[in-house]
Amino acid sequence: MAPRKAPLRLSPWLRRSIKSVIHVVALGYLVWLFYAGITDTLGPDPVDTLLNETGIWAIHLLFITLLLSPLAKQMRSPAPIQFRRMLGVYVFVYALAHLSTYILFELQLDMALVLSELISRPYIVVGMVALLLLLALTATSFKVLQRKMGKRWQQLHNAIYLILPLTLLHFSWSQKTFWQEPIWYWLAGIIVLAPRAKQWLITYKKKRSRKQAKKSAAKANSPQYP
Amino acid sequence: MSKPFKPSVNLTDNHVTDESVYMNRRSLLKSFGFVGASTLLAQSASAADWFWEDEKEKATFQSKPLDFTKPSQYQINETRTPEKKITSYNNFYEFGTSKDAPAENASEFKTDPWTLKIDGLVKKPLVLDHDSLTKRFPLQERIYRLRCVEAWSMVVPWIGFELAALIKQADPLMSAKYVAFETLYDPEQMPGQSNRFLGGGIEYPYVEGLRLDEAMHPLTLMSVGLYGKTLPPQNGAPIRLVVPWKYGFKSIKSVVRIRLTDKQPPTTWNRLASNEYGFYANVNPKVSHPRWSQASERRITSGGLLSRNRIETQMFNGYSEVAPLYSDMNLAKFY
Repeated sequence: MAPRKAPLRLSPWLRRSIKSVIHVVALGYLVWLFYAGITDTLGPDPVDTLLNETGIWAIHLLFITLLLSPLAKQMRSPAPIQFRRMLGVYVFVYALAHLSTYILFELQLDMALVLSELISRPYIVVGMVALLLLLALTATSFKVLQRKMGKRWQQLHNAIYLILPLTLLHFSWSQKTFWQEPIWYWLAGIIVLAPRAKQWLITYKKKRSRKQAKKSAAKANSPQYP
Repeated sequence: MSKPFKPSVNLTDNHVTDESVYMNRRSLLKSFGFVGASTLLAQSASAADWFWEDEKEKATFQSKPLDFTKPSQYQINETRTPEKKITSYNNFYEFGTSKDAPAENASEFKTDPWTLKIDGLVKKPLVLDHDSLTKRFPLQERIYRLRCVEAWSMVVPWIGFELAALIKQADPLMSAKYVAFETLYDPEQMPGQSNRFLGGGIEYPYVEGLRLDEAMHPLTLMSVGLYGKTLPPQNGAPIRLVVPWKYGFKSIKSVVRIRLTDKQPPTTWNRLASNEYGFYANVNPKVSHPRWSQASERRITSGGLLSRNRIETQMFNGYSEVAPLYSDMNLAKFY
């Protein structure tokens, strides 16, 4: 076996610099979108552009977040994981900007309409469920809580695997026809989740065979009558 | 009333609107507490224009000025949607499913030569060539509201002639009950027709239909231009239908064939999702699209995010004169 290279480690300075760049880009783009929207330089219908951009970038960020742990495995380095939490929080920020745009600028605070649309339109319900799950993950993203919650924290944060299909369903359902952009995102989603699904299946099978082994062992030990 | 072409008329209108929206925007900004920011923004705004202006510069299609009259009954007093927005925010899946795709992908669309056939149950089938589209009938400017099924709307100064005039020339048979329309089928020029991912997977050519009495209604227009000039391709050049009391998708673009029939013709969106889009598709605030309310709409004019542009949707898009066409129909069933 070839000698293993030492895993990549980022100096605190480099880590902080990368984080600052992510903050500036993620927040900067959001602020620019709203500014351009307010001054009517965001395309023919600024509300439409803003809805599309906040939605699609929430999805892009979600994909980037989900790609970090496979990347870390590939690199044999914990470095990518160090940016996972902040990117995850930005998924929520963009999703929240998306909902805010819808309520403030699309429905323009017509609260009766907001309520009836949130309740009665399935694709909006799906989007809301995804957003509420994101809210739960964001609210528990503090290190203190992570330690306190222990095993439960990981269980809760596995909800990300539910958030992805819910988000894509919301995206697909909002289109007028099936053969549009979301198809590519479903494809990407399958590619991102497939190795994990394989891993889950292997773990599940292992658990089951261990249980069965235990059972048959118990049977063998019990007295047998002809 | 015959007036020569006056390109500056609309410009003045826009100016007034811009200013009022601008004032409104400021007061709203204040209420949000962005007073300082708003002055900053007003100056840096043009820097953000690249976002959608590039596409216009690439365009090679040249619109030509038209001669037309402006009958006073069709000059409504509502803020017009700026020409730039009308010509860059389009649903025309033949050129791509996003709103900005048609302006980008249709810039080299050839509309000359063109043939528009009128046939089916008529005594005198007609063929109109490119030049006769704008010369055979006297043209009028009509300012119509356009209500999209997606719950946004515009106000468009169309140039065109009544479909009734065209149908009368073809002399329909007594058996004719419906009118079927068809868009050009040319996958080489229309990328959406050759690639399902670009064209949203709808069946092409795009087809639409009207009942004969709807087609003969004086409001029903065959449009060849907007804002004083010939239509840009993304708006349905060289000739399109405009039915102002129906959702926008009824107003079929780049028409090559008009056929009179005795049976209700199939229509594209109805064929794709009949629970969402009916044959009639009259603007009706009381009948929701299954996925969104149709009770109100966002009027696209020249305001930014903070302009309060959500307005109540009116029955038949405000064209109540068409109500007698449907007096004995349950419009919740025949949506």
